[in-house]
Amino acid sequence: MPFYEAIRLAFAQIRVQKLKSFFTLLGVMIGVMFLIAVVSIVSGMGNYMKDELVGKLIALNSFELRQRPNLNIGDVNEAERRSWRTRPRIYEYDIPPVVAALAPGTLAAEYSSNNVSAESQYGTPRRVNAYGVSDQYFTIKRMDVALGRLPSPTEYALGSSVVVIGKDVQDHFFPNLDPLGRQIKLAGMPYTIIGVAETQGSAFGMSFDGFVVAPARSPIRRQLNPHGVVDALIVQSPTEAGINDNEERVREVMRARHQLHPEQKDDFTMETSDSALAFWKKIQGYLVLAGIALPAIGLVVGAIVIMNIMLVAVAERTREIGIRKALGARRRDILRQFLVESTTLATLGAAIGVAMGFGFAKIISALSPLPAAVELWSVLLGVSVGAGVGIIAGVYPASRAALLDPIAALRQE
Amino acid sequence: MSQHAAEAPVSSTAERAAVVSQPGNAPDSKWVIVTRGIQRHYDMGGEIVRALRGVDIAIARNEYVAIMGPSGSGKSTLMNVIGCLDTPTSGEYWLNGTLVSEMSDDELARIRNKEIGFVFQTFNLLPRATALHNVELPLVYAGIGADERRKRAKEALERVQLDGRMDHRPNELSGGQRQRVAIARALVNRPSILLADEPTGNLDSATSEEIMKVFEELATSGQTVIMVTHEPDIAAHARRVVVLRDGLVATDDRREAFTERIGM
Repeated sequence: MPFYEAIRLAFAQIRVQKLKSFFTLLGVMIGVMFLIAVVSIVSGMGNYMKDELVGKLIALNSFELRQRPNLNIGDVNEAERRSWRTRPRIYEYDIPPVVAALAPGTLAAEYSSNNVSAESQYGTPRRVNAYGVSDQYFTIKRMDVALGRLPSPTEYALGSSVVVIGKDVQDHFFPNLDPLGRQIKLAGMPYTIIGVAETQGSAFGMSFDGFVVAPARSPIRRQLNPHGVVDALIVQSPTEAGINDNEERVREVMRARHQLHPEQKDDFTMETSDSALAFWKKIQGYLVLAGIALPAIGLVVGAIVIMNIMLVAVAERTREIGIRKALGARRRDILRQFLVESTTLATLGAAIGVAMGFGFAKIISALSPLPAAVELWSVLLGVSVGAGVGIIAGVYPASRAALLDPIAALRQE
Repeated sequence: MSQHAAEAPVSSTAERAAVVSQPGNAPDSKWVIVTRGIQRHYDMGGEIVRALRGVDIAIARNEYVAIMGPSGSGKSTLMNVIGCLDTPTSGEYWLNGTLVSEMSDDELARIRNKEIGFVFQTFNLLPRATALHNVELPLVYAGIGADERRKRAKEALERVQLDGRMDHRPNELSGGQRQRVAIARALVNRPSILLADEPTGNLDSATSEEIMKVFEELATSGQTVIMVTHEPDIAAHARRVVVLRDGLVATDDRREAFTERIGM
């Protein structure tokens, strides 16, 4: 009996026993559903980490020169963490020589941030994230204003008291008002609002829009740069290939400035998105493994269910098997018939499970901060897993069917 | 019992005796079935049951033979051997000039598909398939494509006057109709022999006569028919009756001699 005949026969059999078939494929369906949901969520998280979270925090093709790493998603021990605190800081006077050494076409911006108190006439006082930046900051971060304008080169040079505020800040301090031209007090110092930034979105439920950005040399410098300390210098290379080159240039300048001997390690950090992501990649593997435990259990149960139901089916259809053999079915015809039946059933269950898994993942991503990505390869994975379960579960019942003695089988019932 | 004109037998006693006593020689094409010394023993937990103790039978093409015997005579076992559902413990079974008694399971399956048409007492149709699909089944296992299958199945159903009921399921058919479907199925692959096991056992007497008429028509048109039964009435419809007793052939003669002997 050729394959397509067997598959047609399998579907006819499923149609005849719809409820029984449904219960048979329930286990595989649930197992695959969880598998797809886990894969979607974990891979969605991976994409999210890469593109949104880290990608937003660390701009494209860039690294940040800092005293120590900022994004603490690494597994660092206490001793190392303590050693970081003893490092020299980055200072305002380090910036010009470093920038001078960069490759042509490279953009660079210093920034420092801190929580400061903010006040306006219209909203209760509150703390905001204040950033003091140099003029290429907005370009590097691909941040633009939805309202108003960015600071001008003169304003950067003079340290004028102008500020660009985030959407949350506008909503809280200037509800239903046009904030442009109005004043907001940052750490007691009055600033004129010249722009409202585009919304930056949120990650894991935390909004990114509760910030204010002002020129680095403006009065807020006293809060953000005590003793001339700068939090970071972002260096954005024109191409991915240029990152290493710029890293070397910066390293050379900083090591000279810190008077490091060749055998001493760097006492500063150049943080790239890769290093920030390294730890995520590691736990991603563990997450996937742990997340597969649940579907694996579902699939094992599904396989056992299928095997048992197929054994019952073979017992109930013994006479039918006898008839087929009497009419000329060879052992392999009967084997194929039942194996195809169990595999078709399991694959059908897996297909439904894939659809449900995507639905499940979408629901989770809609109701929680967890993101979910629909990956095409996981469809193939789910269906293959289903087919595999069907084959493994069906082998024993199918071979029992194939080995039946036709004379005895015909006597049944 | 209906009147049949006495006809010249297809094979004579002398010819048959000659062909069964040539062990190792392939019989010539006149003979569809030749068995030489067929024995079939079963080991039932230490005790040996000898169902067949040395059966010699020769059946020529176009013969209409009944194999009769009481329960325990071995007729079912002989039918299973002839039908290639079972392999003899010893002895030769030649089907159409091929030595079948030593074939593998797969080869036997192929022979069943191509050479044997079974008709069972309990019809043995697939309950959830239509009449047409039931008749197509041997062709499925013969590897025939869907269009050709449909055509040949329809022709077979026409032959038994059931083409109007092709799409009915067995539970929508009467007993007589079901058996006709079974006969159509048995004929669809143009087998060498039609092997019927108590085909009227589950039918009332009127329907039984109908079905026996079908077999008569098939036999007249050239089909080799072997009918296994324990009822003398039914056996008398065939042109030759072989009587088995205790695993051996007791008598083997023409219908007229048989009916005379048992006083019908």
